[in-house]
Amino acid sequence: MTSEESTIVEATALTRLPSARGLLKPHRLALMAVAAAIVFCAVWFLRWDWLPDYAGRLANGVVVSLLMLVSTCLLGFVFAVPIGLVQVTGPWPLKLLAKGFCTIIRGTPLLLQLWLLYYGLGSLFPQFPAIRQSFLWPWLREAWPYGVAALTISFAAYEGEVMRGAFAGVPPGELEAARAFGMSRWKVFRRIWLPRAVHRALPTLSGETVLQLKSTPLVATITVIDVYAVVSKIRQMTFLTYEPLLLLALIYLCLTAFLVLAFRYFENKIPTRSA
Amino acid sequence: MAADPASLIDWGLLALDPPGWGGVLLAGLMNSIKIAIGGYSLGLVLGTGGAFGKLYGGPVTKDLMEVYTTVVRAVPELVLILLLYYAGTDLLNRLASAAGYGAVDISGLAAGIFVIGVVQGAYATEVIRGAIRAVPSGQIEAARAFGMSPLLILRRVTLPAMLPHALPGLSNLWLISTKDTALLAVVGFSELTLVTRQAAGTTKAYMLFFCAAGVLYLALTLISNLIIRVIEARARRGWVATR
Repeated sequence: MTSEESTIVEATALTRLPSARGLLKPHRLALMAVAAAIVFCAVWFLRWDWLPDYAGRLANGVVVSLLMLVSTCLLGFVFAVPIGLVQVTGPWPLKLLAKGFCTIIRGTPLLLQLWLLYYGLGSLFPQFPAIRQSFLWPWLREAWPYGVAALTISFAAYEGEVMRGAFAGVPPGELEAARAFGMSRWKVFRRIWLPRAVHRALPTLSGETVLQLKSTPLVATITVIDVYAVVSKIRQMTFLTYEPLLLLALIYLCLTAFLVLAFRYFENKIPTRSA
Repeated sequence: MAADPASLIDWGLLALDPPGWGGVLLAGLMNSIKIAIGGYSLGLVLGTGGAFGKLYGGPVTKDLMEVYTTVVRAVPELVLILLLYYAGTDLLNRLASAAGYGAVDISGLAAGIFVIGVVQGAYATEVIRGAIRAVPSGQIEAARAFGMSPLLILRRVTLPAMLPHALPGLSNLWLISTKDTALLAVVGFSELTLVTRQAAGTTKAYMLFFCAAGVLYLALTLISNLIIRVIEARARRGWVATR
């Protein structure tokens, strides 16, 4: 079951990059020449004179997108661990709750969840004076907390499912050995179960993080100014259809490549016995 | 002031007839399902072609397929949808005017199916490629040794043998494609999510409508899951003994 799930995630998420070796085969050189010609045409025939004016805002947008990505991944992972754990070992009400949460979040589009939180809760909160007077109110009037909440919930649900498989996949003999050494339940969890599960989940974590990066532009629909929103703004101001979008695709390609390379670096740092 | 919960919910808004918005929501759901089915089918065709190109094609085909799957899987669906939507309609319009038909009006449905199909095709390529590689190569070689033509091998051996391996990934892709239709709301196609937002904006009953749409999407997912389970059980009926 677990191996099956991991292959699904691998197939739907980008985890591999073409290796640098073998780039110098003749047909690749020809293809690269064609690609270079296309890039040259794009630079030469399309309009890029707006780029310097908006470079600062674009950089800001990239930073906002990355902040969204990092904060929601970290927060989401913190929630994912208990969600995965109770599905493996918890009492049945918690198990049911976690399973229901995962099913509901994974069964509905993220865009809908985002709009439900932003428009739904955002229209509900002002009706309660207690919330209006609380110290949270200045934040609740902004858009980004709703974006962070929606992305965190989504990441927690998807990664919780992965963690469930990872927790269940740790060989029971290792846990029994730890118990036989007289470790307490908490110590077994902290020293054996969690590290082994995280280790098993690491390859899929890279794919999930790329998927999360790809869902960050959705927050632009609730007025968070990320790089997607900046590009939409540029498109409105300059009446250009393709150039800003192509630049945006290029930015996301670079970000994804960077993420994949970073994860590969860290994965290589962790010693694994190849089975 | 805080109103009590009972008066916050006006169930009449969900009625099927025009004062209520239920009929509009269901029409949106139908649009979503149409796009999901169309896009998924197109994705399967592209994916099968892509997988065969990656496995059996020449070096140039292999590299082009690699570029296609890498780019589509690395760029957010939202950006791809915008790019393909504008570029696709623009290209088609130019072709039509060059051929002398004048500007053609491309329906949102066709554009949506095209966009979802191209995105799904990249993922399906990877799923199907992995599934074909899981088929023991001896089976395909045996078919070749019997003198079957490539198309016959595809129809009689490769596709049926790889299907059980591909089903988990393909069913996952179906669920993704039903959820990806929501992204078409951004380009203004009136599928379930956009319709919901319009209904919610008009009546100010945001919570009610977004929850109702969530229930509809969830029902679609759960019913799909039931059907997928039946199909998987059937596709694996020969597996128990060999496993």
